[in-house]
Amino acid sequence: MQPSPFELVAPAGTPATLKAAVRAGADTVYCGLRDETNARNFPGLNFSEAELGDAVEFAHAFGARVIVAINTFAAAGHTGPWKNAVRCAREAGADAIVAADIGVLDHAAERYPDLRLHLSVQAAAGTAEAVEFYARRFGVKRVVLPRILSIPEIGTLAAEVNVEIEAFAFGGLCVMTEGRCHLSSFVTGRSPNLSGVCSPAEAVSYTRDAEYKSARLSGLTIQCETHSKPIGYPTLCKGKFSAGGKTAHLFEDPVSLNTLDVLPELADAGVTALKIEGRQRGKAYVERVTREFRNAIDQLQTGDGNRLSQAAALDDMTEGHRSTTGAYRKTWR
Amino acid sequence: MTGSIELTLGPLFFNWPVQTLADFYARIADESVIDRVYVGEVVCGKRSPLLEATLVDAAERLERAGKTVVWSTLCSPTNKRERNATAALSTFDSEIEVNDVGALAARNGKAFTAGPMLNIYNETALAALQDEGCIRWCPPVEMSLDAIRAVHAARPDILIELFGFGRLPLAHSGRCYHARFHGLNKDSCRYFCEEDPDGKTVSTVDGAAFLAFNGLQTLSDGVHLATTPSFDLRRAGIAAVRLSPHTVDMVRVAAVFRSFLDDQIAPPELKDALTADVLDRPVVNGYLGARPGMEWSTQ
Repeated sequence: MQPSPFELVAPAGTPATLKAAVRAGADTVYCGLRDETNARNFPGLNFSEAELGDAVEFAHAFGARVIVAINTFAAAGHTGPWKNAVRCAREAGADAIVAADIGVLDHAAERYPDLRLHLSVQAAAGTAEAVEFYARRFGVKRVVLPRILSIPEIGTLAAEVNVEIEAFAFGGLCVMTEGRCHLSSFVTGRSPNLSGVCSPAEAVSYTRDAEYKSARLSGLTIQCETHSKPIGYPTLCKGKFSAGGKTAHLFEDPVSLNTLDVLPELADAGVTALKIEGRQRGKAYVERVTREFRNAIDQLQTGDGNRLSQAAALDDMTEGHRSTTGAYRKTWR
Repeated sequence: MTGSIELTLGPLFFNWPVQTLADFYARIADESVIDRVYVGEVVCGKRSPLLEATLVDAAERLERAGKTVVWSTLCSPTNKRERNATAALSTFDSEIEVNDVGALAARNGKAFTAGPMLNIYNETALAALQDEGCIRWCPPVEMSLDAIRAVHAARPDILIELFGFGRLPLAHSGRCYHARFHGLNKDSCRYFCEEDPDGKTVSTVDGAAFLAFNGLQTLSDGVHLATTPSFDLRRAGIAAVRLSPHTVDMVRVAAVFRSFLDDQIAPPELKDALTADVLDRPVVNGYLGARPGMEWSTQ
């Protein structure tokens, strides 16, 4: 049998989800500490230091790995929580951390030279030169690619760098380059880079009149539909807006990324790890998506399976039941 | 810190016709009080080949007029040509502005400014960049003045340049919104971004303008205006204030800012002078006070 073409990296917002993801076939699970050091800093999510230790022990018992996401940018004059997160990850026995901030990477590389470092998508390293800088300067072993590259561009990059390539495979899709978006703080005061949140729930309100219902963010109408249509969460870049007399989803439609149909091409391009987005998702979602990707990867490995039906297999898990291959196809941009 | 706060002109974000570009920089060279000018395409590499010769001439003219000229790198090079252009700038002996980490690969410790689209948010990151040659830092626009001051306290030897005027560069994408607006994609774009020399305003469905798009870039609709008095700017370590080019009279904007930074006019007068007849957009400044960037506060 061929070696497995991909390492499957699944999200876990809670210890229960982590166990479910491991049991569903994840090779690796990523999770974060319960504070502003990770980019899914939502109420009720994430791990305490003790829970992280238990999670690593559980995963290792099943032969799975744990990556700790410390992927926000440390606050000026207040870098303690980020340094503490690196220490926690290390002491819990995590297999790697995934970080974006040059400050966090520098601290980790200097303090714990044998701690494996992955470069977060939030670092927006989209060229061989950028990736090589992080590899040379901080010893980064893997890069999670920004979701702006087409598959041929990934192939070019992968051939020029000496680090592993992880790519997003499924879930929410940032239309802006990750780490290069302040839309959320512009409207709500809190951003992914600094607070680990985007379009946060505390800024959301819903209103309705006789004809329409609206989802607002800090009072701005982001989604607006007649009562008969479903209304999405008011994530800023997915809103319906007007410009030049035209009203449309000017930035992105409410869709999810789904790569089940392009897995062989991603493997050929040199991608070695597939990441499922969604630490904010429930256990059932993570379990289902992880299992589907496990099957798809196993079928690729053994060379059987009806590939044509696969993308549809996760249609009910996508936003608005619509999926896209995103920037992996050049026409997206 | 004492001494006059320097006035700089950031790189142009928009796609202006070459003659407009040439005329603009000629006026900046001949008539403005600006000390330092950043030139070079930073938003979209598809525009660069059309502008290069004009920008080289503009840079020479600006230097002859006594301005310091700094070339800025693309904020997200993708194809081979864009990567080569970035690499070529990286090898310059003179200072450059770095807007993508990839530009550091070939820099080898030569001096550079960390641009606002490089994610440097804290003193640890800035110290690491200092080892690579960073001598000046223009913080990400979402940072508050208090946060900038905290970095300054830890790294007092780095010059800090505050984004002080213009639509805020809020986001960068791999997707071109001008192309999407016209039913095209980036690779087949017909340079529709040229029709909106300050970006295309985006409103909510009920008519509240709040964003603007410019090709791959998303900006604020409102014009960010730093009305913090020079005494407070100096306390935060601000050595320079950056004005971002727009089609408004930038010579006038610079002159008004010069009077303000030299304490000849007060914050309300700075705002009034610019909102009266220069700007046709609302002003914002929330970020500086750790508030949502779209807000305005009189501090």
